[in-house]
Amino acid sequence: MSRYVLERLLGAIPTLFLIVTISFFLIRIAPGGPFDLERPLEAKVMENLNRIYHLDEPLWQQYLIYLKSVAQLDFGPSFYFRDFSINELFAASLPISIQLGLTALALALVVGGVLGVVAALRQNHGTDYAVMAAATLGVTVPNFVVAPVLTLILGVWLGWLPVGGWNGGAIVNTILPVVTLALPQIAVVARLTRGSMIEALRSNHVRTARAYGLSSWTVIVVHALRGAILPVVSYLGPAAAALLTGSVVVETIFGIPGIGRYFVQGALNRDYTLVMGTVVVVACFVILFNLIVDLLYAVLDPRVRFD
Amino acid sequence: MTTTRETVLKIEDLKVDFTTNSGAVNAVRGVNIHVDAGETVAIVGESGSGKSQTMMAAMGLLASNGKTAGKVVYGGENILGLPISRLNTIRGKKITMIFQEPMTSLDPLYTIGRQLAEPMVEHGGLSWAAAKERALELLKLVNIPEPERKLKSYPYELSGGQRQRVMIAMALSNNPDVLIADEPTTALDVTTQAQILELLADLQKRLGMSVVFITHDLGIVRRIADRVYVMRQGEVVEEGETAKIFAAPSHPYTKMLLDAEPEGHKPAVADSRPAVIEGQKVRVEFALGGGLLTKPFILTAVNDVSLVLREGQTLGIVGESGSGKSTLGRALLGLLPAEGRVMFKGQQISGKSRSELRGLRKHMQLVFQDPFGSLSPRMTVGQIITEGLLVHEPSLDWAERDRRACQALEEVSLDPAMRNRYPHEFSGGQRQRIAIARAMVLKPELMVLDEPTSALDRTIQKQIVTLLRDLQAAHGLTYLFISHDLAVVRAMADTVMVMQHGKVVEAGPTEAIFEAPREDYTRKLIAAAMLETLAA
Repeated sequence: MSRYVLERLLGAIPTLFLIVTISFFLIRIAPGGPFDLERPLEAKVMENLNRIYHLDEPLWQQYLIYLKSVAQLDFGPSFYFRDFSINELFAASLPISIQLGLTALALALVVGGVLGVVAALRQNHGTDYAVMAAATLGVTVPNFVVAPVLTLILGVWLGWLPVGGWNGGAIVNTILPVVTLALPQIAVVARLTRGSMIEALRSNHVRTARAYGLSSWTVIVVHALRGAILPVVSYLGPAAAALLTGSVVVETIFGIPGIGRYFVQGALNRDYTLVMGTVVVVACFVILFNLIVDLLYAVLDPRVRFD
Repeated sequence: MTTTRETVLKIEDLKVDFTTNSGAVNAVRGVNIHVDAGETVAIVGESGSGKSQTMMAAMGLLASNGKTAGKVVYGGENILGLPISRLNTIRGKKITMIFQEPMTSLDPLYTIGRQLAEPMVEHGGLSWAAAKERALELLKLVNIPEPERKLKSYPYELSGGQRQRVMIAMALSNNPDVLIADEPTTALDVTTQAQILELLADLQKRLGMSVVFITHDLGIVRRIADRVYVMRQGEVVEEGETAKIFAAPSHPYTKMLLDAEPEGHKPAVADSRPAVIEGQKVRVEFALGGGLLTKPFILTAVNDVSLVLREGQTLGIVGESGSGKSTLGRALLGLLPAEGRVMFKGQQISGKSRSELRGLRKHMQLVFQDPFGSLSPRMTVGQIITEGLLVHEPSLDWAERDRRACQALEEVSLDPAMRNRYPHEFSGGQRQRIAIARAMVLKPELMVLDEPTSALDRTIQKQIVTLLRDLQAAHGLTYLFISHDLAVVRAMADTVMVMQHGKVVEAGPTEAIFEAPREDYTRKLIAAAMLETLAA
């Protein structure tokens, strides 16, 4: 097993290399540069800046310089936030996004899972229809609608929760963004769980468990749910990678200093190193969570073997 | 059976209805069955007769759209419609069940030991450790090889026969009064089937429980049952002691069932007839597993098989699952890459490309086992039958193709008006007729029939066998008939080839093979199929 993990991690290196290479040249194709302001800088200043940031060298040399520093886990200085390095920016913002994302993920798994199982057990009854209708709503209503509506009701009218800000991660400040992040995920998890649970409840081995007079809890949780959760696990891998790397919309609306904002800011300001940094971080999360999903699969299903 | 025994399970006027989109279906219509202590009762019927649903209803295992009425009395109490928690003190403890599908009846995610222990922990109040110990004893009781290792194995590591043994062990774990066996041997090979039946009979003798045996196979009934209920369309049409029913059936349906064994045989053809297909040292290998670094495991599915099939001949290829009989059929038709030489009417076809073979395909047709999966659900029967004509006789216009479709349907005794319907509107037997019509429309010389009757009820099997023989006589067809069912092969083939592990064990004229088999394996197969004891 540890050999398998090592192999997978080594296999990620060429993937990351390709991602770095492609995105490096893609962002350079975009017109404009990090120092193109509305009022052009003096030629002398521009020249100095370009020299400091190696922008005056040929592109392939810049590429090699960047590769070398990334290999040392140094994402370089930010072009826009000039007093900070990318590493410093991420060190401050990534933990915040991870905390929000993990909480939302846990909420989605628990609430979505329970709703899905309940709907499956009451298939084609009122409860089932209600859960599925709510799930459809949860998937279709975008978070830039959900967030203001929640803020308006819970923050402004009822005054129970702060309408924004991070406040050092105080619990009251995290509730609204977590719920906004989790709602669509709850909906998807509930749908997936319901579908595979219905199938599992009809399967022959669950019939065997029933025929042998096992308690409803054993039949549903031990024999049906363990197999039914597999599709949910494979969905949650990529979903977790997306959640943990922050959301532009949620972070902007609630004024949270997470990593999600940097995607947009980096791209708009042609902050080459910031864009590259976020791309690499997201890629690492995707690779990591796919590995976790595969390992989890093997834990849940003994038929999966790593050889 | 002169001693009056106590009745343990009594089903009174049981009705089962299913609400479906197309209205209510009365699956069981007022059935009365009683099971006495220590006896074996068989419930016989064809698919759709309601025999399984009767027992499913009694166990509270119906699908959610099923409704029941009537009584199921166990221990002086009506257990029909009991709340689940009450019902769970009986099922799995006093009444246990084994199912038709050994491959899927066990949970794939838990070890055999854990699944065996579960009902004992639940009902017997045993600790997990004690239950696992007892599970080991049970595995020994059902004669599973290496029981200690099997305890820690997962279901996918066991064969079908072994899984069914595990199910039997589970059924016995709480010393039940009644064991319900729902077609427990149908999905198994004949030799395994015989072993499982022997095991069940032996265990019953030793442990003394009652057995309810649900089956469509009268051979099994004759061998193991004390009393029989014959079911048809949700009703019991006849009941009585096994010997009496077999000796003097009173209901015409029972007579028909008893008469459903395929009969007759086919005279051999002269050796002077020209060979239609000839295979020399045909060999098929599959590479299993293997990756970039690991070497694949080479499975030799067909191991240097040679054969000659002459015009008008029927060669029956017999063997258990995994013997390579279907693979051989496909290799002969050039549908699989194979080594060796294959000649079709003197012309070498092995090693030819797909496009080179296309012209010859018209003369070599294939009929598959599964009448449900082998017809496209989105095409009408007429389209299915004439599809081959589009390739092989593209010059035909629509009217002519339609005429040929009608002709082909008539030939397989179906109403030509049915050509505008879709496959789902037909029964299994009718679909198999459609599949045969699809092959016949091209006027082939060779037909490879791959288990064409295995998925069908006995009475339907008999009709298909008769149809195939009539078509052969009328058109001078040559058949390669692949089957694990020796009764059908005996009625169809004039020459038989017995295969095991990809090799030919024995080959010769049908009568010689059945009357005086030379090899042990052949004898074992015949004994198992005819359900004689293997003791000899």
